[in-house]
Amino acid sequence: MAQPLVKKDDDRDDEVEYSPFLGIEKGAVLQEARVFNDPQLDPRRCSQVITKLLYLLNQGETFTKVEATEVFFSVTKLFQSKDLGLRRMVYLIIKELSPSADEVIIVTSSLMKDMNSKTDMYRANAIRVLCRITDGTLLTQIERYLKQAIVDKNPVVASAALVSGIHLLQTNPEIVKRWSNEVQEAVQSRAALVQFHALALLHQIRQNDRLAVSKLVTSLTKGNVRSPLAQCLLIRYTSQVIRESSMNNQTGDLPFYDYLEACLRNKAEMVFFEAARAITELSGVTNRELTPAITVLQLFLSSSKPALRFAAVRTLNKVAMTHPMAVTNCNIDMESLISDQNRSIATLAITTLLKTGNESSVDRLMKQITNFMSDIADEFKIVVVEAIRSLCLKFPLKYRSLMNFLSNILREEGGFDYKKAIVDSIVILIRDIPDAKENGLLHLCEFIEDCEFTYLSTQILHFLGIEGPKTSDPSKYIRYIYNRVILENATVRASAVSTLAKFGAMVDSLKPRIFVLLRRCLFDSDDEVRDRATLYLNMLEVDGAIVETDKDVKNFLFGSLDVPLANLETSLKNYVQEPSEEPFDIDSVPKEVKSLPLAEKKAPGKKPTGLGAAPTAPTSTVDAYEKLLSSIPEFSSFGKLFKSSAPVELTEAETEYAVNAVKHIFDRHVVFQYNCTNTIPEQLLENVTVIVDASDAEEFTEVSTKPLRSLPYDSPGQTFVLFEKPEGVPTVGKFSNMLKFIVKEVDPTTGEAEEDGVEDEYQLEDLEVVAADYVLNVGVSNFRNAWESMGPDFERVDEYGLGPRESLAEAVNTVIGLLGMQPCEGTEVVPNNSRSHTCLLSGVFMGNVKVLVRLSFGIDGPKEVAMKLAVRSEDESVSDAIHEIVASG
Amino acid sequence: MANFYRDTCPTIKNILLLDSEGKRVAVKYYSDDWPTNSAKSAFEKSLFTKTQKTNARSEAEITMFDSNVVVYKFIQDLHFFVTGGDEENELILATALQGFVDAVSLLLRNNVEKMEALENLDLILLCLDEIVDGGMILETDGSIIAGKVATHSMDDGAPLAEQTISQALATAREHLTRSLLR
Repeated sequence: MAQPLVKKDDDRDDEVEYSPFLGIEKGAVLQEARVFNDPQLDPRRCSQVITKLLYLLNQGETFTKVEATEVFFSVTKLFQSKDLGLRRMVYLIIKELSPSADEVIIVTSSLMKDMNSKTDMYRANAIRVLCRITDGTLLTQIERYLKQAIVDKNPVVASAALVSGIHLLQTNPEIVKRWSNEVQEAVQSRAALVQFHALALLHQIRQNDRLAVSKLVTSLTKGNVRSPLAQCLLIRYTSQVIRESSMNNQTGDLPFYDYLEACLRNKAEMVFFEAARAITELSGVTNRELTPAITVLQLFLSSSKPALRFAAVRTLNKVAMTHPMAVTNCNIDMESLISDQNRSIATLAITTLLKTGNESSVDRLMKQITNFMSDIADEFKIVVVEAIRSLCLKFPLKYRSLMNFLSNILREEGGFDYKKAIVDSIVILIRDIPDAKENGLLHLCEFIEDCEFTYLSTQILHFLGIEGPKTSDPSKYIRYIYNRVILENATVRASAVSTLAKFGAMVDSLKPRIFVLLRRCLFDSDDEVRDRATLYLNMLEVDGAIVETDKDVKNFLFGSLDVPLANLETSLKNYVQEPSEEPFDIDSVPKEVKSLPLAEKKAPGKKPTGLGAAPTAPTSTVDAYEKLLSSIPEFSSFGKLFKSSAPVELTEAETEYAVNAVKHIFDRHVVFQYNCTNTIPEQLLENVTVIVDASDAEEFTEVSTKPLRSLPYDSPGQTFVLFEKPEGVPTVGKFSNMLKFIVKEVDPTTGEAEEDGVEDEYQLEDLEVVAADYVLNVGVSNFRNAWESMGPDFERVDEYGLGPRESLAEAVNTVIGLLGMQPCEGTEVVPNNSRSHTCLLSGVFMGNVKVLVRLSFGIDGPKEVAMKLAVRSEDESVSDAIHEIVASG
Repeated sequence: MANFYRDTCPTIKNILLLDSEGKRVAVKYYSDDWPTNSAKSAFEKSLFTKTQKTNARSEAEITMFDSNVVVYKFIQDLHFFVTGGDEENELILATALQGFVDAVSLLLRNNVEKMEALENLDLILLCLDEIVDGGMILETDGSIIAGKVATHSMDDGAPLAEQTISQALATAREHLTRSLLR
């Protein structure tokens, strides 16, 4: 293509780069495509036109169905030409046009001819084109040729057939699976790429047969797979087999480890890297087994090729999470990577070093990072900040240099996410390292002096209000806070006012000054700020005198909202919809935590910024139960519903009658709600009741039952049984149940029931009221604070042996289930392979008594689990009750 | 997810050839991650912006981008990219990129620049077609790829029965061109 395809556009500047496709237009090219129909084909010209069409498609231009069909039909004419170059372009455009099934038929015969041609290039390409556009029916016709092609002596043809097989396996697996023998033969091919493609296809054919894969790997790891790509595949399959076999036998031996280690000495970089990576990812790998892999990766670190350095440092970074000690050997090489041109490599190196570094190297490391921080993007900076946070928690003694580093970068330019990451880190450090508190608070104060993010300012002010008054000299923070009142927008001013009030409430000596400041706020231009100032002044000031702050006031200022925001929102909405004279009562808001969508749980640190941000969850089941129960006159006098359990199935799945039960706990009563479903179309049940035998639950006395008048097919109904129990006591017991009803036959054609029914009974499974039914799973946001503010007055500690357990996680879950409490701060998740674990739980016990539980688990060799249980609550008897639950469970 | 990739072949998600302003010369996508043309363009644009200041001339560079690993190399005003999943073996991607760059250099007779590439766009497109088929790596050796693309210029009158000889010729010729060019 020596001459330009399109004339240069003269209107353009000379400086504008000239392109052979300048000013190209779809309409014009489609016109040009008519040359395909010429009786005397000009192969060169046709190739050029196809190139233009492909250029248009490549630039994102689309052809309409009509246009595409037209081009396709004229292209088929080009099969007449014997020009190989043109034929290749024809193959390309056919693939790009992806013709419909009825169009495919037109080119099938031409392509099949090419498949059997003597020109290998024709054959290879025709196979790929045909397999791309074909459907199942045509495939059976050409199957014979494809099988031959797989074992063809020309590697290009064989590869084309094998790769096509890999694609076809997705759509026509049963056909491709018949080619096993040929594919197996191709695995032995001398051509590198054929071996690779054959191995990939063979594995995919057998992937659902574990034994076959295992055999395949066993035979090939002994043999001689030469192609580097094929070896990479084999390494992946080998680690797959290792993974699956180690799942079955837990003896911990690594049967194919030797093969992986041998691959470390391979001469192809991609192979020994793949092997090194596979070894580092084996579960339960020992340090001794890791060492050769780490050594190989270490060599990469000083390579001149960025890809190698990147690959190595990325893998080592992952290893550092599980085996930090194994990576320390690479630290010196890693440190030189901090100044790497490639910022991805530098960041990975830093975070790896921060994970593996020891206490003595921290200062040096921080110095190097400081130089580096200014010229990386925010996303990398966030990674570094997070790594520094965890490092600081690891070496609390080093807080000074790390905190200084954080405050320095806080002053520099940066986006919201980056600043938020820094602020979050400082807040966490202040919480967890007492020595760092005053220093950190001052850094935060300085930051809000010049902070452009309202959200961060309010967060910091709130935090300052909680932590500031507890410091040795609270007065020094007042200036920073009051500056906000003068300088900032209304949102920040309002939270600054709240913070001032908190200082006033906690520190009596500051009260007079605080009052002066708050009074000034009464003239603020924003009503929220004025309202807050008025409220706080009224609360803190008694007749103008300065007195010690009332306990209720403190609770109001510092107590966290003990109802979930979503529940509060629904309750408020209901209240607004039905206006009444009575003021809204916050105690009427249900405290049950609704299960949030998973996505939200996974976003740590993202607190809803206000009520508007709270998820608008559908009406919770608790609300529904409450409505249901209060609509029944017998139950409306019992007071507030404390808790409703999750439904307990009392029948097997797919029985005639499906029944599950919900336990509603009130102060002096328990209501069993039986949800019944009749699954027999020919029956109508009437007067349905559940006969409950409470002989195993002596402290309960049956008061009444509420039968279900009629239960037609497939429309669930409820019947209730009411029990009385001693007030405020977590009474437990076991109840056996019998479903009793009158059956009436239903004529399936008319749907009418017969007059007379027969009395019948149906045995249900037992229902138990357990201690967990008396505990509400209410979470706390900061367990440590809650734990400390609860105080050790009613703390009860004891140790329990839990006997042999499958795993630590299983033991933890069992205890959580037993207590029915809310796990806090994600401590319900047990990391893999850990030998000990601490789980934090919180809840509210019967009678609105808050309970916090700290569980420490340990597991030894023969899977014996021991547990230390520490309970704090507001009531001694409740602490004891929790222990009783565990002891009896 | 991690298990999934481990049991599958190395997969290429896309190969891009952009000019020095980030405009397309030739691109090929093999994955459904970018379903529309605008998604593709957006990917190219941000990838180009992210990488344009790096020095990927003597050695191929590498970066993480949108949970993908991208290896790239710049020659004159052409930017070559190969993208794979975030768990892909970086060196396999780098090998594929090297094959692409080598093949293009051979096909453009070492005159690797945008103008030359556009004028020989047919060769570039065939080259892409010979490197990867539907995400599967077909060939990584640049001279073999170029050889497959270039064969057509000589096969016209070749005796069809003597394919092996003509292939040998093609290879010989390729090696000759290569040695002359160096």
